[in-house]
Amino acid sequence: MRAGKLVLLFLAGGLFGMGLTVSGMTDPARVIGFLDIFGAWDPALLFVMAGAVGIYGMGMLILRRFAGVKLSSAAASPIDRQLVIGATIFGVGWGLGGFCPGPALANLGALQIEALLFVPTMAIGMLLAQRFFGADRE
Amino acid sequence: MLHHYTLWHALVGGILIGLASLLATALSGKIPGISGVFGRLLVPATPDKAWRSVFLFGLIGGAALSFALWQSAALFRPMRPLLIMAIAGLLVGFGTRLGGGCTSGHGVCGVGMGAKDSIAATLIFMATAMLTVFIYNRVVL
Repeated sequence: MRAGKLVLLFLAGGLFGMGLTVSGMTDPARVIGFLDIFGAWDPALLFVMAGAVGIYGMGMLILRRFAGVKLSSAAASPIDRQLVIGATIFGVGWGLGGFCPGPALANLGALQIEALLFVPTMAIGMLLAQRFFGADRE
Repeated sequence: MLHHYTLWHALVGGILIGLASLLATALSGKIPGISGVFGRLLVPATPDKAWRSVFLFGLIGGAALSFALWQSAALFRPMRPLLIMAIAGLLVGFGTRLGGGCTSGHGVCGVGMGAKDSIAATLIFMATAMLTVFIYNRVVL
């Protein structure tokens, strides 16, 4: 990959990290407040989802139709047992800690002890899935 | 103004996440879900490690920058003991790789493109996360 492209991907990562922090996704109390629908529910993350999904969906329509952008994995994977079990386990972990992968990495930028602990165990979990279940679907 | 969190922060932050994902998709030709970008970096045989590392370093750098700039972005209220965080990390890592995505790959990109598997995965992990918080708050707390 050309150096110019890598610089742009660094900037895209930076934009992603700013989005995560500005939106409140990096604050575990806000995430758990959103997930606590039977308690003091905090709807803020619905707005994060709406903004992100809306922009990405519209943008991809335009990119695919007018710029001819093709994805190496354009066909959707089937809804199989791995997907159902994987999503179930991920949800339990997300609800337990209030971190999903992006916000956990972003909090490394503040050297939060929770992130310094969570990211290595997340890497171990990923390696286990990849090693024993060949989990490598897009 | 920027120091107090409002729903505008949620919306603007979401739009930034969408734009960043769009830019990364156009440049890499891949769906830039964070669990996939990070998980494949851990596999020695992955051929395209350069853009993955650069993207994630950018993510951490961008986060560090906005933590320094805005109080509302730097707000961090830990909710769980460290042992629970370590277990949560294991489950998040394992589950996202087995299920093929996380909140960004399935939740933002897949749902944004109307992919059925991503919509199913997102509904499942939202439901089990909500159930987990419900049980934790009543049983543990």
